[in-house]
Amino acid sequence: MEVCVCVKRVPMVGGAIALTPDGQAVDTSMSGFTVSPHEECAVEEAVRITERHGGTVTVLTLGPPEAEQQLRDMLALGAGRAVLLATDGTERGPVATAAAITAAVRDRGFDLLLFGNEAADTGGYQVPVRVAHALGLPCVTGIKRLEVTPGAGAAGRLVAGREYRGSLESFELPLPAVVSVKEGINLPRYPSLPGRLRARRASVEVLDPGPAPAEGLRTERLRVPRAPASRARVLGSGAGAVPALVRVLDDLGVLR
Amino acid sequence: MSDIVGQAAAAAGAGPGAPARARAVIIGAGIVGNSLAYHLARLGWRDLVLVDKGPMPNPGGSTGHASNFIFPIEYSKMMMELTRDSTEQYKQLGVFTESGGIEVARTPERMTELRRRCTQARAWQIPAELLSPAQVRALVPYLDERVILGGAYFPTVGVVDSLRAGTLMREQAEGSGALTVLAGAEITGIVTDPDASRAGRFDGRTGGRVTGVRTTRGDIETDLVAICCGVWSPRLARMAGARIPLTPVVHQMISVGPIELFEKSPGEISYPIVRDVDANMYERQHGGDMEVGSYAHRPIIVDPDAIPSIEQAALSPTELPFTAEDFDPQLAQALELMPGLLGDERAGIRYAINGLISMTPDGHPVIGETPEVAGLWSVAASWIKEGPGCGRAAAEWMTGGVPEIDIHEADVSRFYPHQRTTAHVTARAREGFNKMYGIVHPAEQWESGRPLRRGPAYDRERALGAVFFETAGWERPHWYESNAALLERYEERLMRRPGEWESRWWSPIINAEHLAMRDNAGLVDLSAFAVLDITGPGALDAVQRLAVAQMDVRPGRVVYTSLLDEAGGFRGDLTIMRLGAHAFRVVTGGATGMMDAKWISDHLPDDGTATLADVTSAWTTLGLWGPKAREILARLTADDVSGQGFPFGTCRPIEAAGITVLASRISYVGELGWELYVPAEQGAALWDALWEAGQPSGLVPVGIGVYGTTGRLEKGYRAFGNELTAEYNLVEAGLARPTVKSGDFIGKAAYLAQRERPPAAVLCTLTVDDHRSASGEPRYMLGGEPVLGPDGQVLTDARGRTSYVTSAGSGPSVGKHILLAYLPAGQAREGNRLAVEYLGERYPVTVAVVGARPLFDPGNERVRA
Repeated sequence: MEVCVCVKRVPMVGGAIALTPDGQAVDTSMSGFTVSPHEECAVEEAVRITERHGGTVTVLTLGPPEAEQQLRDMLALGAGRAVLLATDGTERGPVATAAAITAAVRDRGFDLLLFGNEAADTGGYQVPVRVAHALGLPCVTGIKRLEVTPGAGAAGRLVAGREYRGSLESFELPLPAVVSVKEGINLPRYPSLPGRLRARRASVEVLDPGPAPAEGLRTERLRVPRAPASRARVLGSGAGAVPALVRVLDDLGVLR
Repeated sequence: MSDIVGQAAAAAGAGPGAPARARAVIIGAGIVGNSLAYHLARLGWRDLVLVDKGPMPNPGGSTGHASNFIFPIEYSKMMMELTRDSTEQYKQLGVFTESGGIEVARTPERMTELRRRCTQARAWQIPAELLSPAQVRALVPYLDERVILGGAYFPTVGVVDSLRAGTLMREQAEGSGALTVLAGAEITGIVTDPDASRAGRFDGRTGGRVTGVRTTRGDIETDLVAICCGVWSPRLARMAGARIPLTPVVHQMISVGPIELFEKSPGEISYPIVRDVDANMYERQHGGDMEVGSYAHRPIIVDPDAIPSIEQAALSPTELPFTAEDFDPQLAQALELMPGLLGDERAGIRYAINGLISMTPDGHPVIGETPEVAGLWSVAASWIKEGPGCGRAAAEWMTGGVPEIDIHEADVSRFYPHQRTTAHVTARAREGFNKMYGIVHPAEQWESGRPLRRGPAYDRERALGAVFFETAGWERPHWYESNAALLERYEERLMRRPGEWESRWWSPIINAEHLAMRDNAGLVDLSAFAVLDITGPGALDAVQRLAVAQMDVRPGRVVYTSLLDEAGGFRGDLTIMRLGAHAFRVVTGGATGMMDAKWISDHLPDDGTATLADVTSAWTTLGLWGPKAREILARLTADDVSGQGFPFGTCRPIEAAGITVLASRISYVGELGWELYVPAEQGAALWDALWEAGQPSGLVPVGIGVYGTTGRLEKGYRAFGNELTAEYNLVEAGLARPTVKSGDFIGKAAYLAQRERPPAAVLCTLTVDDHRSASGEPRYMLGGEPVLGPDGQVLTDARGRTSYVTSAGSGPSVGKHILLAYLPAGQAREGNRLAVEYLGERYPVTVAVVGARPLFDPGNERVRA
């Protein structure tokens, strides 16, 4: 199985999000970078598939030269190859991103292209579908369960499941195919020290994605929505707080 | 039940309001602030308020992400004592777990360093033992012993729960009714009264006096604000116009797990902590995980203003996003040391941070009232290992006492203005970061920010091949390469040091300069002296109150005196010239100048009848000493410089080479001669005149290697910080005078009591009888080594103080390597044969002098010639 996972370098956020003064970008001066959580799950899924069926995981990203770090993070988790479509750092929209990825993966013979359901920062939900369309491949999105049966030609297929309004939808697709997955499909592993060491020593293939085609959409301005104030409840202190604590845990369903 | 709505709401003013008045406001509820609150309450202070913008018990500072282990061994005695005290406090709180710790060596140089470290530990009564690789492996079964040459085992190393310790201390203070805690309250301003400025007294103090703080929960009136804010401290200090010279620096740490071996071991830690010092890393078990910390990565300095807010931070404000590219280069070394354990593919990096820690230009904490603003205290740049000790020392000091541990090396007022600049602090932090686990020579010089303070003769000295050492920013010639020509003349007496370590930052030229000065004359640049003028109708009373010596002397007298603290410990060691009825000039070392200035300023009368002016930059000093000093000076002046006309211990203006010179006939090297004070802009002219006049007499330029060590030790002169510390007293140091002046002075009661009882220890001059090591190579001690009795045990006096070498250096004129050490009274006998341990071997020494009598020229005939 040759699996390609497309990832995106995004700001690591855990606290309040700040914007640059011009409102055009997230202020990353105090945050690090990571890949979207859905994509981390996609990489984990790909690694598990190749662990079971053999083959290689290739991680691919379109982004600034610094995105090499995120590729190495993924290599540390078990990906075997990395491709960087290096831009000058200017954000590319879904049309341009999909075009660049399509061109890069077209003749590489991947059996499966995995994506995260949407990027953590821009949340466009478009790239996997656009890539699938451009390549003429079948595509399912929002997947939380995946089973792959490798095989030559028409024998290769996958079964993908997703939850939709309380029911479980199941799809069967021939390979090659495009699948976008969601957090929850698995619990991604942490990188091991040998994994990081391998990642450090691995080479990253850097390609020029060429000029960006015109986008249909344009960013006007970013706005941070007003988050509801977080609310902490002090249940009491000492042994007297135990009954209240037990009630809360019971309500949460963590007690059996 | 109560609801707390988010950080933002808390910051906007929810929660209990601030009390209107407080005895002291402590900002920051990390280990330091909690400890300070606890100790202030213990010492009887009430109405204390502890403010933190974060939530309890982990408000988000460096305490919250600390690796929490404590090694008892340090390079500085003060740091060792603060760590020792902190460990005791953690033990009393029940949060200390002893695990043992090992520093491993990958190189022969490190193995030697570990030997030195064990010797140092012995001097301080810290259990320590050198281990073979197999012995290390026996204690740390997952370590590959083939990678190392050995280790130093410190069995009393342990880990603490610093958050729990802070909570317990805070709750005790709260429980006693002495403390109000305001969590989630942010300081928005520190209020000062500029009219209360003591600018008239001391030009360093420009910010007035603290009168209160503003918080998001209301204003609090107070006379004392203590900044215990770790990496945020500079930001808080700036609110009041003061500078706390520290900078946030990134220390990377990862936590790897689950480790199969650890899952079977009970509790937090079952295996010794390993410091892989040559790789600049440590490995410490934490429950089922292994924490790997690094000081190997590039120094990452963070602007205090760039620390994210609590709201912005993903983890906490001091746990910045991990930058793997900085850490990754270290992975191979970590894996090499613990291949099986860290190489387990199933063990993942579950937690990784760029943790912020505080660093100062010299690596020591910053404790004390800021020189700029009265009532504004700093208790910062303290790590977990010394936090409770710093809190206690600061509390003792704040409440009017003398800290039990001598913390002058941590005094916030030790810094000169240039040392408080952002540029200096960050440059030194950058330089110091990778030395954290380095093999640092005691004389090792800093490279950054130099040259800065240059004396008027700097260019002349450079032309003479001066090798400059830095003191308080001053470039001071340590020796002159131009004197290499003297080596041949004195070859037999140079006491050359074949050992690389002892010859580092040293040259036999120092000893040649020394001998040439004793034969003819030497010219010494003393620009680094701090010069402080105390003037006004109240000056005499003020100086009398400060000095142990009688200062009511006739104008034109120079008095060498100690300054004591209230407990009778040394606070200063300097000379004071009486220039007139109401004018005194204090001359002190560059290293202690700022601290002395603050101490003096703090003890001047409130009525303004005496003022202090720092005139260091206005004056420069050249020293001229040696048997030919008089004939040289006489060539430049018509004034009477004869023995009778200008006796020892006097000072007066003379005209020399057309310059008005304040000549002061004293000596720190034991020779006839003068300190010559001239306005700075005429310093070069005086240097040239002396240089020329000295040529027929064989004048040589002489560096601080002679002035501070060889000349001084031959005369048994004591140095502040080496021999003169708060740990010993005037009687023990051999500096007690036959009579005590009738008037009162600071520390007098304690001093009188010291005189009443026999001293527990006496400062002695020792000489080394045999330098040969087991390998046959002669070795020379550099200071800090333990002194052993005939039974091979470290000498310990009746008060439990161990004997160690306080100063060491060549005595070229007496042909011996000289050591100063306090010995237990019973061992302080001239001719007594003892031993000194150095690099794990014993060297025989003899007590040459008990007390202050000089080894060289004991009758002081040369000085008084």
